[in-house]
Amino acid sequence: MPGTGGPVRTRLLRFGPERTRARWPGAGRDSLKGMCVRSGRFRLYEAVAAGSFRRYATYRIATLAGVFTNTVFGVILTYTYIALWDEKPGLGGYDQAEALTYVWIGQALLTTVAVMGGGFEDELMTRIRTGDVAIDLYRPADLQAWWLAGDLGRAAFQLLARGVAPMVFGGIFFSLALPGDALTWLAATVAVLLGVLVSFALRFLVALSAFWLIDGAGVAQIAWLASMFFSGMLLPLNVFPGALGEIARALPWSALMQVPADVFLGKHTGADLLATYAFQAGWAAVLLAGGRLLQSVATRRVVVQGG
Amino acid sequence: MAERLRQHDTRQEAGAAAGDVPREAPSGLRDGTPEGPLTRALDGLRAYRMISAMWIRSTMAYRASFAMTTFGNFAATVLDFVAILLMFSQVDALGGYGLAEVAFLYGAASTAFGLADLAIGSMDRLGRRVRDGTLDTLLVRPAPVLAQVAADRFALRRLGRVTQGLLILGYALFAVDIAWTPLKVLMIPLMVVSGAAIFAAVFVAGAAFQFVAQDASEVQNAFTYGGNTLLQYPPTVFGKDMVRGATFLVPIAFVNWLPGLYVLGRPYPLALPTWAAFTPPLVAVACCALAGLAWRAGLRSYRSTGS
Repeated sequence: MPGTGGPVRTRLLRFGPERTRARWPGAGRDSLKGMCVRSGRFRLYEAVAAGSFRRYATYRIATLAGVFTNTVFGVILTYTYIALWDEKPGLGGYDQAEALTYVWIGQALLTTVAVMGGGFEDELMTRIRTGDVAIDLYRPADLQAWWLAGDLGRAAFQLLARGVAPMVFGGIFFSLALPGDALTWLAATVAVLLGVLVSFALRFLVALSAFWLIDGAGVAQIAWLASMFFSGMLLPLNVFPGALGEIARALPWSALMQVPADVFLGKHTGADLLATYAFQAGWAAVLLAGGRLLQSVATRRVVVQGG
Repeated sequence: MAERLRQHDTRQEAGAAAGDVPREAPSGLRDGTPEGPLTRALDGLRAYRMISAMWIRSTMAYRASFAMTTFGNFAATVLDFVAILLMFSQVDALGGYGLAEVAFLYGAASTAFGLADLAIGSMDRLGRRVRDGTLDTLLVRPAPVLAQVAADRFALRRLGRVTQGLLILGYALFAVDIAWTPLKVLMIPLMVVSGAAIFAAVFVAGAAFQFVAQDASEVQNAFTYGGNTLLQYPPTVFGKDMVRGATFLVPIAFVNWLPGLYVLGRPYPLALPTWAAFTPPLVAVACCALAGLAWRAGLRSYRSTGS
């Protein structure tokens, strides 16, 4: 707003589906066209996800560097786990091969489920701080779904590019307990997908905190810490003693790493596997709904920066 | 108000490119006459002090965020140690070392790394500057480029890691059973200071490498953070080849392994003479000299993107 000195306090109107649909030409006139719009919107999110995949795939050297670093950390952790499981075989219900597999799953999933953050949330927080988020809210797309689509594209790329190579390296140089049947691989992939959903939902909440705090770096860091510790990245949650272990395994972060790793290691099968999925999906639903609620509060009472 | 907000944003966004030009050029270089190395070093220190002071002021604009990130930095490293405590809740020794001895190695490595990280930890952003062309701005300023890059985005919150390292080192010195001699007492400050210098050399060498491979900044993490993680455990945990690499290739073993094992009265896994424990200051000087040469070569090879 040129000329006005003070901050522009904008009461942004609801950008819910009913309004956005009206922006599509001819939308909502009859049910057939409504269906076209719905499939059109799905195609929109598909395009966002594909674009995000390509965006991360552009930085090949950076990806290679990441693979190298993941591998170095994998080797260091492998040796500490060998020492630990030599000292106490069967710790946490894992034999040594399973424990070492856990290390390499961790390295494979580190960026996929964004244990240390660094996905879309930095960008969204910057957009909130600079006020660019007003443009996002003006788009004929849902804010949460838009960023979720982008994050899924990112996760897919990072699983393929940064997950596979360290795992292959670990498999060649150390004896790992890799699942023999394709079904377990498939089951683990589903668990990873659910883990990405939970991870996204958590980071979306973190990003929205910038609406109130302007600089969300502190919240992001504390979220990063919780995720690092409670996902099982530092040490398998099965090894955590007593009540701490039980609490850690019930928290949403365990859905990021511990659960997919256990599915990969064949610790959950049959009905137990379904219950495990339900645990992940339950947290995803609760946290996504929380993000939606926070989003509606934020967009109703928001101060857009800049002006 | 809006003006002020915008200024903050510019500073946060464009970083040093926009906001931090020291008003008066450091004395001595103003007239462009060649100066001795001592004057240049003093100039560099002065520029470093001014730029880092500017960043501290900038950080303090968001005090809540500063408090949270400092706490986060502290807590992140605490959790790192909690993982080791959790390991020791299950076993009595790791690689033949008890908790107090591992804590001693951990505290020394963490303090040394924390000091280097605090002083010049932002150097891994160099690749980004090369990529977006903002390094050119630093080249035309009348201050040594190394000092400017080192002080770029100076983050006082990194005191959190130093504090944590010192606390654990303090605990270890209290808990560990050592037959103290004057030499061993002297060794403690010596290893922390030399260790910080060795890690600083790794940071500078990594930054020099980024002139060549701009996107590969993550490779540096394998040696800085990875090296720090490696040193937190006793060398007996790792394979001989890894210990050799850490001793002769990237000599981070001189940060805490060699001097630390001398203090603990433990043999080093490789056949090295006892006096090797006293060489960290020399190794640090040699590393810094080599890193300085690498930096110079990197800077000379720099071609601007022209954007």
